[in-house]
Amino acid sequence: MIRAALLTAMLAAPAAAQDRVVVIGGGLAEIVYALGQEHRLVGRDTTASFPPAVNDLPDLGYMRALSPEGLLQLDPDLILASDGAGPLETIQIMQAADVPFVQITEAPSMDAVLERVEQVAQHLHAQDAGAQLVETLRADFAALAEQTAQVSTPRRVMFVLSAQGGRINAAGRDTGASAMIQMAGAVNAFDDFAGYRLLTDEAIAAAAPDVILMMDRDGDHALSDAQITGHPALGLTPAAQNGQVIRMNGIYLLGFGPRTAQAARDLHKAIYPALTHQGG
Amino acid sequence: MVALPFNSRRPRRPPAMAAAGDRALRARATITALVVFVLAASILSLGVGAAGVSLPDVLWQLASGEALGLRDRVVLFDIRLPRLLTGLLVGASLAVSGAVMQGLFRNPLADPGIVGVGAGAGLGAVLAIVLGAMLPPAVLAVAGMHLVPLAAFLGGWASTLVLYRVSTRRGRTSVATMLLAGIALGALAGALTGILVYIADDQQLRDLTFWGLGSLAGASWAKLAAAAPIMVLALIAAPVLARALNGLALGEAAASHMGISVQRMKNLAILTVAGATGAAVAVSGGIGFIGIVVPHLLRLAMGPDHRYLLPAAALLGAGLLLLADMIARLVIAPAELPIGIVTAVLGGPVFLWILLRRRGIVDM
Repeated sequence: MIRAALLTAMLAAPAAAQDRVVVIGGGLAEIVYALGQEHRLVGRDTTASFPPAVNDLPDLGYMRALSPEGLLQLDPDLILASDGAGPLETIQIMQAADVPFVQITEAPSMDAVLERVEQVAQHLHAQDAGAQLVETLRADFAALAEQTAQVSTPRRVMFVLSAQGGRINAAGRDTGASAMIQMAGAVNAFDDFAGYRLLTDEAIAAAAPDVILMMDRDGDHALSDAQITGHPALGLTPAAQNGQVIRMNGIYLLGFGPRTAQAARDLHKAIYPALTHQGG
Repeated sequence: MVALPFNSRRPRRPPAMAAAGDRALRARATITALVVFVLAASILSLGVGAAGVSLPDVLWQLASGEALGLRDRVVLFDIRLPRLLTGLLVGASLAVSGAVMQGLFRNPLADPGIVGVGAGAGLGAVLAIVLGAMLPPAVLAVAGMHLVPLAAFLGGWASTLVLYRVSTRRGRTSVATMLLAGIALGALAGALTGILVYIADDQQLRDLTFWGLGSLAGASWAKLAAAAPIMVLALIAAPVLARALNGLALGEAAASHMGISVQRMKNLAILTVAGATGAAVAVSGGIGFIGIVVPHLLRLAMGPDHRYLLPAAALLGAGLLLLADMIARLVIAPAELPIGIVTAVLGGPVFLWILLRRRGIVDM
């Protein structure tokens, strides 16, 4: 009797049996952890570095240069990959070897984040956890919307990617940073170009950002407050003169995983410190 | 690897005459050793890899009539075998192209980069990576994933054609003009590449970097089917050049007095190198040092006679590239190193060591 029950359970189970999952893409890896499915992971790519535990998994290298043999070595029964993963030859070999290679879009938007969570949950057969996470995220986004609705005059934010040798590399349109700035209820100070660009000093002065946003990391990428005020162009901006410089963790800010809503709320609070006091 | 007998301070003699006697014997021995080396490297290359499919096990399974598992079959026949063949052909093509170029230009620094193939192919690849998405969908549907290799090949050919036109007057090609024009064209291609790098987005930049470092990881039967015929043809054509290159070592005038049709030989050499390098770069990206280290190593080991040098270069180039590829795919498994890093890291010091031991290498 018990045996028969076990047998039926086993027969019903195989669809959910994938327990050797490789995840390619930092945002997707974070989602797998948020769904509590990390025990099924056997590999990741270099872009996956949060939560820190993910670093203990074997690293498959850069997600656009995956080695087919490296993947097969991990003997995966499911590969969850961002749509940027490749090369195509590797994907074709995975198909030849009968390893499901699922590609999920990594677009930087609220809807895409929710959709990603649902897709990952579905492929991992963890729909319950997925629905719960989506619920939480929706609530976070709703709270964010309430906060951003209070913004009457959006502030102009400049995202500085790097400042090597005093040359400022900033985010334009169609970047993750730009999407986050908008989510937080502000506007990107540079929307006349797409992607990241090295800016001339004049362009920076002309854009006159109210806030400077950066990633908080070591090395020459990060600028100290003194370096910002001392910079010939940045020093002239309202942001530098009013000390409006925000530093946030890079993966947190730009990961577009399950912490995105939280990150956007944090960013909103940092950009509009006065508003959030009323909103709670 | 091959031992390098450094015969001390032998007076330099015209290679065509020096070929006789002990040198020919040594050359044959070297080539025999190289054949064994390439065979061993090939077997090893089929047998090792991240996936832990071992060749003896698979052979035993086949011999005992058992069917191979799907994964073993894919690893052996869809990953390692096309990769092995690509490595053999690319290594041989690069080394032979280097040897031919050095002979043609009578310049120890010459390599396929100098006829503009390298720069042109690089520009083609960069164009395809950065601007490929702007092509009409119909073109993209046809070219598909082969757009970058295709563009690299066409870029290599186009730049060779331009160089050839620039340096050929009244049916005579001046190799000196070609060398200089190659440098100019290289700078121009570099500048155009720079513009494209500037407008590329982050992902394209990463793609560019990886392409420039070269890899055999993208080897597939489809790519091999497209590129192998060109490389094989070029490798077959190369030995035809051997006698003429030997004659050319004495100077163009002497060569034509020896009854060598110098212009025909130049045409064939340029065609061979453009084809072999264009196809090699197209399937594997930028792989440095094979074209320059291999011929020099061999000249030291067996003398400059192209009749032996060209086949030996093909063998050593193929074997070394296979070894480099094994290192590339094993050291950081399950990830993979770009093979250009391996060839340069190993090739650079070896080359410096040779230069230290024997400065005479540059007056070949």
